[in-house]
Amino acid sequence: MLSSLGRLVRLTRSTALMRRYFVVNGFDGALTMLGLTMGFRMSGASDPKLAVSACVGTAIALGMSGVSSAYVSETAERQRDLKSLEQAMIADLADTEHGAAARLIPVAVALVNGLAPLSISLLVIMPLWLDLWGLTLPWAALDVTAVLAFLVVFLLGVLMGWISGRFWLWTGARAVLIAAVTAGLIVLFVR
Amino acid sequence: MVRLKQVTLDVLKPHQPSILEFANALGAQGADYQVRVRVAEMDERTETVEVVVTGTNVDLAELEETITTLGGSVHSIDEVLVSGAQQQD
Repeated sequence: MLSSLGRLVRLTRSTALMRRYFVVNGFDGALTMLGLTMGFRMSGASDPKLAVSACVGTAIALGMSGVSSAYVSETAERQRDLKSLEQAMIADLADTEHGAAARLIPVAVALVNGLAPLSISLLVIMPLWLDLWGLTLPWAALDVTAVLAFLVVFLLGVLMGWISGRFWLWTGARAVLIAAVTAGLIVLFVR
Repeated sequence: MVRLKQVTLDVLKPHQPSILEFANALGAQGADYQVRVRVAEMDERTETVEVVVTGTNVDLAELEETITTLGGSVHSIDEVLVSGAQQQD
């Protein structure tokens, strides 16, 4: 099953597209959690259950949005490509690997697009979970969450550097700068 | 028993899979298959390729099925080489 999916990914040259969706939407997830965390911190709310509920709700919404939007748009694009190829081949390609790719690749892309922000969001809010479960953290859970969001953003920046072949520290620092600007805007507008 | 030793096919296929992946998929159909694929003509979305498969007992139906699964279609069988019952490999 996985080898078949791998073959269809290679056939449609979708690896770069999935990688791009993972980074873009993972970045979305981390920045959104950073924004929520900072908003809670600025408002003075200290109930970890409230913070976790809001963050998990947002993470699920990000995941569902990612899955549904990518599925709808990718299905339309793949079906269009398939029809164009069928016209060129003067043949019905539904039962070929091209037909299978037109049906399965949108599902795979949608899962990557949805699971990236969901999983990264849930990772970022791990300190809030730990706080809720009664584990003592060295700093306030919201602060640790914000630091973890910055760390995840940095790692996604490093990943972008690895993909583009650029110096990893530069791309990581650039991603952190974007997160810092986001945090600065939140401080500016929320207080 | 008469065996098909070599067959030359005229095939229309999409650009993907590439001719290397296409040849690998055909070669995987028989342990001793040798496959040569040559691009004869290239269009915007498709290409016409000449496929030559050599083996001790080439299964033409299986080859055609694999080509169809990969999105190609056999336009014609251009050349065949068979060995008769008494001939040795």
